[in-house]
Amino acid sequence: MVKLADYAGGQTAWCPGCGNFGILTAVKKALTELGLEPYQVLLVSGIGQAGKLPHYTRGNVLNVLHGRTLPAAIGAKLANPELIVLAIGGDGDGYGEGGNHFIHSMRRNHDLTYIVHNNQVYALTKGQASPTSDQGFVSKTTPGGASTPLNPLSLAVACNVGLVARSFAGDNEHLSQMIKIGIQHRGFALIDVLQPCVSFNHVNTFAWYRQRVYKLGDGYDSTDRMAAFQKAQEWGDGIPIGVVYQKERPTFEEHVAALKKGPLVKQKLDPGICNKLLDEFL
Amino acid sequence: MGSDLNVMIGGEAGQGVQSLGFILAKSLARGGYHVFADQDYESRIRGGHNFFRVRVSDRQIAALTEEVDILIAMNKESLDLHLGKLMEDGVAIFDEEATKDYGPARGLFGLPLERLARERAGDRLMSNSVALGAALGLVRYGLEILDKVLAEHFKGEVAQANILAARAGYDYIREKFKGNFNKQFRSLGQAKRMLLNGNEALALGAVAAGCKFVAAYPMTPATTILEYLAGKAEETGMVVVQPEDEIAAINMIIGAAFAGARAMTCTSGGGFCLMVEGLGLAGITETPVVIVNSQRSGPGIGLPTRTEQGDLEFVLHAAHGEFPRAVLAPATVEDVFYLTAKAFNLAEKYQTPVIILTDQYIGSSYATVERFDLSKITIERGQLLSEDEAARLGQYKRYQFTESGVSPRALPLYKNTLVVADSDEHNEEGHPIEDAETRTKMMLKRLRKLEGIRREIGQPRFYGSPQAELTLVGWGSTYGALKEAVDMLQAQQIGANLLHLNELWPFPAEAVSSVLGKSRQSLAVENNATGQLARLIRRETGLKVSGTILKFDGRPFSPAGIVREAKKEVVHGKAG
Repeated sequence: MVKLADYAGGQTAWCPGCGNFGILTAVKKALTELGLEPYQVLLVSGIGQAGKLPHYTRGNVLNVLHGRTLPAAIGAKLANPELIVLAIGGDGDGYGEGGNHFIHSMRRNHDLTYIVHNNQVYALTKGQASPTSDQGFVSKTTPGGASTPLNPLSLAVACNVGLVARSFAGDNEHLSQMIKIGIQHRGFALIDVLQPCVSFNHVNTFAWYRQRVYKLGDGYDSTDRMAAFQKAQEWGDGIPIGVVYQKERPTFEEHVAALKKGPLVKQKLDPGICNKLLDEFL
Repeated sequence: MGSDLNVMIGGEAGQGVQSLGFILAKSLARGGYHVFADQDYESRIRGGHNFFRVRVSDRQIAALTEEVDILIAMNKESLDLHLGKLMEDGVAIFDEEATKDYGPARGLFGLPLERLARERAGDRLMSNSVALGAALGLVRYGLEILDKVLAEHFKGEVAQANILAARAGYDYIREKFKGNFNKQFRSLGQAKRMLLNGNEALALGAVAAGCKFVAAYPMTPATTILEYLAGKAEETGMVVVQPEDEIAAINMIIGAAFAGARAMTCTSGGGFCLMVEGLGLAGITETPVVIVNSQRSGPGIGLPTRTEQGDLEFVLHAAHGEFPRAVLAPATVEDVFYLTAKAFNLAEKYQTPVIILTDQYIGSSYATVERFDLSKITIERGQLLSEDEAARLGQYKRYQFTESGVSPRALPLYKNTLVVADSDEHNEEGHPIEDAETRTKMMLKRLRKLEGIRREIGQPRFYGSPQAELTLVGWGSTYGALKEAVDMLQAQQIGANLLHLNELWPFPAEAVSSVLGKSRQSLAVENNATGQLARLIRRETGLKVSGTILKFDGRPFSPAGIVREAKKEVVHGKAG
């Protein structure tokens, strides 16, 4: 029986009080509660403070380049669909540098869970505006204020993502619940996590979020796409957290004929497979 | 060399020039001849001017000639552009009713191509097959084999109509042609050779090598590799993905290879530019991937459908930082197959990226080759551990320091083993580090792998007499033209030999030095503007070639073209 202690990892290099700690705890809790052993899990991460997370727990780890989390995670999942793949990155990493991968991975509906530590700032490079910084956010690179932010939830709903959720790093119970739902969802699951940065974002703080976040209740129909668009637009005095949109559709992996015979990594490599193809050129 | 037949088919894009050429090549290959064919096409779907050249011989050939025996002109422009290439006794076949500017003249043979197609096959679009039949009639090849090839290439009624059209052209020329054309190519009997192009050979090499994952973004001239593999994916048990861009492609194959599948991407220089970041990632994470760069003219968009050898230095140095890599540059269509299979072994044995450097010319050129010998293909996965082997290691370290630099490789989802790979500089366990000592040790560990690869790099090809006056030096797809150029120079009493490299990195410096050290005159012959191999040779051996023959107009070398340039160098003594 897997225990939380099985996911105990190395020494962290995050700032004291960082929102990432809450996300790390929630990831471990979700995996433990789902009864998954570390060897069954592959954590793929990009670069930024979020990208360090896999090193602070236990599991198989592929820490790649800034913005390239999703394609690397997709490749691994396609090679061995039996892996539980968690892609982990930040807002600059996934919504900026990896923006094109974000859109198309959602569109194709790969079966993985994408956790985005959205702190609305570039933290590892010390405080520049990110694609999700609030309009007018002043930083050294945006002294005149940042421009209109990207809305990842709206974009995800537009890409027909099967599971679009938002949570808050300060609400561990809710966040681990969302991650669990994401892992259990068949297809692409986006978990956008509101993550306070204690060093570089002095606007969107724990207190700021605590005053504003509210949980989507039973009255909300998360299968209604138009309602989801509307909910995704809410930002300001009230910020909804929870499953914003949920709808099953066929995954990319289910479409791939070669995977019907089982994981690629279990197939025997045999040059003889070429025999018939060679004859076609005679 | 009089026993060769050289045919050129010209027309605009959309006229079926490529199909016509391929069917002609296939029909002659089936009759026991050696065939070599290439394509020249523009970056457009309709219009413009395309041509397809087929050379047929009773001996092995690997290059095209400049002059042709038969020109099949599917429009007037083809006559305007290529009539001058006709040999003295050559014949141009064209539609006399559609192309009235060309009256009766020596070498010109007009047929009512469209009218025959309409009357005999019920569709003017069958005029290609009328021309095809006429060309075969001219060399008295018979129609038996062509009929079979048409029946395979087209389906049902369309195949039947094409067969009738070919018959019409054949009969017409046998009856009406009174000119002087002496070349006869009767079938030599059933041959067992394959006819395929370099891109097809590459795809087959990947399949034979057990490649199970391909992610690639369409880019001329590499696209047909992706298309072929996608078409066969179900049969070969391969996952083939067309992602959003080349950056995704290389990162996907890195993910797949990390998880344990043999993985490849294919692109051209512009796409390779986008992959460079990922190349470095494969280097530091020690992930075995195979990357195909089918070169075209650059920089930028360059000449999208034309050939070049401009990326040699680029692929040798691509990505920041230093890490081991191998670069293979196949010389012939056959070489493409076997070197592709080798690339997968090198990648896995040394857990590092391997680049296959081909080009538009070799990728789209068709050649007859002996059926590939699959018994020559071995699958060598190096230090890849099974689940049990990994468990027996106890504490597993993905980047364990070893003498060879190669660390035992476990895969994710092995019980009792966790695999941690990192793009940050890392310790043996795969976790990021900052200290100078570990950094130095890890760099040296990775770079040690280069010595292992070096031992596996094949020797350059040498052709001709070691005592010859002049040494031609080349790499990659120019082999066929260079070899024939050596023969032509010899025939003209100019002693020449050839040193040709198809496995370029780690550089086989000793073998190159031993030839060039004794050579009196040497000319590097390259499809680029600055002589990149010549520079590489100087850097790696300290030896300077005496001159260069460079071509960077997007067109491949012809043997005669090389001979012309080589003679200038020899006559003017510049080579000495």
